[in-house]
Amino acid sequence: MEPRSRSFYALTAFFGVFILFLYGPTITIGILSFQGEGGGLTFPMRGVSFYWFFDLFEQQAVGDIWGSFRRSIVLGLMVMVTTVVVSVMGGLAFRSKFPGSGVLFYLVITALVIPSILISLGVGLLFSQSGLNVHWSTSGFGAQLTWTLPFGLLIMFAVFNRFDKSFEEAARDLGATSWQTLRHVVLPIIAPSLIGVALFGFTLSYDEFARTLLTSGSYNTLPLEVYGMTTNVTSPVLYALGTLTTLFSLLIIGAFLGTAVLVNRRRARKGSDAGKAI
Amino acid sequence: MVSPLALVLFFFLVLPIILIVVVSFWRATEFSIIPAFEWDNYEFLFGSPVTYKVFANTFKYAFITWVFTLFTGFTVAYYLAFHIRSLTWQVALFLLCTIPFWTSNIIRMISWIPFLGRNGIANSALISWGIIDEPVEWLLFSDFAVILAFVHLYTLFMVVPIFNTMMRIDKSLIEAARDAGANGVQILWNVIIPLSKPGIMIGTIFVVTLVMGDFITVRFMSGSQSANVGRLISNDIALLQYPSASATAIVLLFTVLITIGIMLRFVDIRKEL
Repeated sequence: MEPRSRSFYALTAFFGVFILFLYGPTITIGILSFQGEGGGLTFPMRGVSFYWFFDLFEQQAVGDIWGSFRRSIVLGLMVMVTTVVVSVMGGLAFRSKFPGSGVLFYLVITALVIPSILISLGVGLLFSQSGLNVHWSTSGFGAQLTWTLPFGLLIMFAVFNRFDKSFEEAARDLGATSWQTLRHVVLPIIAPSLIGVALFGFTLSYDEFARTLLTSGSYNTLPLEVYGMTTNVTSPVLYALGTLTTLFSLLIIGAFLGTAVLVNRRRARKGSDAGKAI
Repeated sequence: MVSPLALVLFFFLVLPIILIVVVSFWRATEFSIIPAFEWDNYEFLFGSPVTYKVFANTFKYAFITWVFTLFTGFTVAYYLAFHIRSLTWQVALFLLCTIPFWTSNIIRMISWIPFLGRNGIANSALISWGIIDEPVEWLLFSDFAVILAFVHLYTLFMVVPIFNTMMRIDKSLIEAARDAGANGVQILWNVIIPLSKPGIMIGTIFVVTLVMGDFITVRFMSGSQSANVGRLISNDIALLQYPSASATAIVLLFTVLITIGIMLRFVDIRKEL
């Protein structure tokens, strides 16, 4: 190996500063959420305590934190399952040209780049004008799908661009029906990437704010609740909530990544024995 | 196979946009909106100097954020793709860069308060180093804070696509350039940057559209002192002025689509995934 150049060390330093910039603020509020009872929104720490976390569990005057947390999780799971199923189906369909595939592709891109407030406003208007009530599980659900589906589909496009079609041809030559080919050949091969799609589906929904704002109705999701708190809560209880939700997010991300690693390992171990007997 | 996707996009994307177009021609009273067909909302919008100021401000945010995210994102992606030698480390460091994307943007905005506040970490540090004598007021609730937050939130959208294209650059091209006598800067400028263009364009589209459509970062980080188009719309919505909000939204949508249309002339997204 050739020795490291000087630019390597400069770039490593730059990368380190970038990581500090990314995580520093979050770590800071993590520390500050253990602020003592008399402490304020910034340093110095007046002692170390769990006061603000307990406060979070008791104080219900500001809103319904736990209800919104529950709703966010249910909605996240709904969005996750729908995103995975619809993205796989869409990804499979997009492998060949069909009437309107060009238009649909541009709609997907539009859904991704359209300012979120238009979705919020438009879906809100759609429901109010057709006499329906906006609710997080209907209008909020649909509005969030316009954000998660493009990501899911783009991942599926990337997966199928690298997909070796000879596996399918082999299955077909052996007499598999198209459903059998899908069920026993295609889906097992793309399964690890579905974990990625699911991760996007859940976390993007769980943190979604702009598209849910006007479409969730009278019951808030957690990000809306947090946003409401920023305008009327000026104590470290805000940090305590931020720390807990971030920890929850990290837990979810860790679980998904861990599953992906396990699946890959299992696959490497129990891989095909084709050709080994020769 | 494709019908669920088409249905979702029809009901939650196409119909809402059509409805916004329709409502943008309606009339609003203080309490309700009335179907009509009049250009008043657009006339008011284009007749008001505030509109032009706010649109200019929106472009300003988008441009400055683009410059910073591009520089940072490109440098980070370049480091990961060409200076990290083992794939495991590349994946690990890449994940480290992307994890914040899966956490809450609002929390990430809030987390700047202890840094930038009047008695925050930045001010105390600057005072203790003797650079300033009294706290600087413009750190939090200013354009500076807005752009800092944008860069903080959206640099990932540059890192990921640029890293993706860089990983597909054939390493032998770089060796060939070195054999032909190119130095590091020349390789970067004449080989790597041209080949990374698709990733740069995709990242640019993400960052520019996210910043132009934003309304919450500007509101929160500027302490309601600055405005962009998104805030104009959300203020109208708060006042139940849906027709005028719709008219502004349509103009914003066209602005964004035209901007992207220009960028898409340079890159074919589907080939680059």
